[in-house]
Amino acid sequence: MSLLRAVARRVATGLVVWWAAATAAYLALLAAPGDTVDSIVGDGADTPQIRAQIIAEWGLDRPAVGQYLDYLWRLAGGDLGRSYLRQRPVAEVIGEQLAPTATLAVTAAGLGVLLAVTVAVGTAGRRRRWPRRVSSGVELLLVSTPSFLIGIVLLSVLSFRYGLFPVAGDQGPAALVLPAVTLALPIAGLLAQVLRDGLDRAWDEPFVLTARARGVRERTVLLRHALRHALLPAVTLAGWLFGILLGGAVIVEQVFGRPGLGQVTLNAVTSKDMPVVLAVVTLSAAGYVVVNTAADLTYLLVDPRLRRS
Amino acid sequence: MTVTLGTTPTAVVAATLVTDPPAPARRRRGRPRPGLLAAGTYLILLVVAAVVPALLAPGDPLAADPRAALTAPGAAHWLGTDQLGRDVWTRVVHGAGHSLTIGLAATAIAVTGGVLLGLLAGLAHRFADEALSRSFDALSAFPLLLLALLLITVAGPGTASLIVAIGIATLPHHARVVRAQTLLVRRAGYVEQAVSFGLSRPRLVLRHVLPNVIGPVPVLAVIGLGEAILAAAGLSFLGLGPQPPSPEWGAMLSEGRNYLQVAWWMTVLPGAAVTATVVALTVVGRHWQARFDGRQH
Repeated sequence: MSLLRAVARRVATGLVVWWAAATAAYLALLAAPGDTVDSIVGDGADTPQIRAQIIAEWGLDRPAVGQYLDYLWRLAGGDLGRSYLRQRPVAEVIGEQLAPTATLAVTAAGLGVLLAVTVAVGTAGRRRRWPRRVSSGVELLLVSTPSFLIGIVLLSVLSFRYGLFPVAGDQGPAALVLPAVTLALPIAGLLAQVLRDGLDRAWDEPFVLTARARGVRERTVLLRHALRHALLPAVTLAGWLFGILLGGAVIVEQVFGRPGLGQVTLNAVTSKDMPVVLAVVTLSAAGYVVVNTAADLTYLLVDPRLRRS
Repeated sequence: MTVTLGTTPTAVVAATLVTDPPAPARRRRGRPRPGLLAAGTYLILLVVAAVVPALLAPGDPLAADPRAALTAPGAAHWLGTDQLGRDVWTRVVHGAGHSLTIGLAATAIAVTGGVLLGLLAGLAHRFADEALSRSFDALSAFPLLLLALLLITVAGPGTASLIVAIGIATLPHHARVVRAQTLLVRRAGYVEQAVSFGLSRPRLVLRHVLPNVIGPVPVLAVIGLGEAILAAAGLSFLGLGPQPPSPEWGAMLSEGRNYLQVAWWMTVLPGAAVTATVVALTVVGRHWQARFDGRQH
């Protein structure tokens, strides 16, 4: 029963956090200087009809509390509002651009995790001082370099000079390689650091000693026993990973001229298409909360020590 | 170990630092550390560049010379020139002030807000603490870049929006650390003793709680400064930061991108400046962290 209660608690916390995030986004809209109708119209066509439509849809003629509840109600029902600039529902605008960004993000995440695990396993342990120093240095460099710089360098060397990959667009898998690598490298740098630390810590645990005492080979100890132990804390980074993938996608899509959510968001920001920006932001907060709650639940299922409290 | 909702990169870096095996604190004193020395020297040069740029680059960062446009690095312009013939070295040096100001101001917002709110959450009643903690979670549910984009849409692009956005986005992490520390200090014997001496509450907080809570904050601030500079470069690369012609590193990178095939130096050199700054800050921050941990145990 304690498990069920703990799960319910995490899910409830997740909902509360998302509600607070949605409220914060709404407050940002209200805090915009000038008339709220102006900020919702953005740079779109500004006719009396559209103004009337906005006032009706957002309930701007009603008291503030009513407007807010209205907004929450529509959000809960999946209605993200309407882009007045594009004259289309926001859900449609975002929906059709979701696929390229999701492809990019999932590929990059997979690549980043794979790289990080390989590097961490290869360099963990006491006796490998030099490989470890070199990889720590490279990881620090990757984490500290703006991702667009990595992208620009890859683009200029591999696409412009050697013509190995297309320069822009999203035609075929070849066009996915460089953006995915660009997005994956900083992630791999950070994850590798965390994983190696986890491996080092697992190295001192009694269960590693036990495994060794049973005569298990060193490689098996590392991969079967220590790595599993080290992967678990890395799960807590899932929420961070989600955020960095989404934020990174905005920049990477810009560098490589790829269509996707990033381009839509950036266009919405520069043309002040408030409903689209608001929707992307609340959706990303929702995604973060879902990913984080799922990670917490995984943790809870695997590690019974956390079920108390 | 507990699982917390929301981990920012600073939190990740800070978490990895604590157990970094070759901890400098364990080394003998007085041994040269070339990495730390280089990082320190670079940061000093950076501060000089930010405060008195003319000392390192006497020229005018905005002075255009069309005849010398896109000159490769050489004797006259040792980091080359851009498409308008402006000296890249001069612009990189003068850009230090922009990047550092944005980073410092954003970090100042994050640290001040984080310390105040964290202290409040740690000292407050259980329900108020819960409410504050959940709002830290809510704030960190927004990816930094998207939160910044939202604020920029509301307030318009520019340096001020950039600073506020990055400051708010990185605030929850400081707040969480301070809150956790406050909860520890609150139960410490010396606080109990001070209470039994009948100290007033503000005095108690200022004299006994705050000094013991603040310990890890400067270290986090140094590493957070690097993160802020990185985020600012990204946003101004997207054209949402300081507007041209001001020589900001991210803006220079974004401009240089269009001339990548003819003038790599326009992009690579400001980029290297950003990377070197973040690396130097991280190295110094890590060293400090290790010293700090050594003192604590």
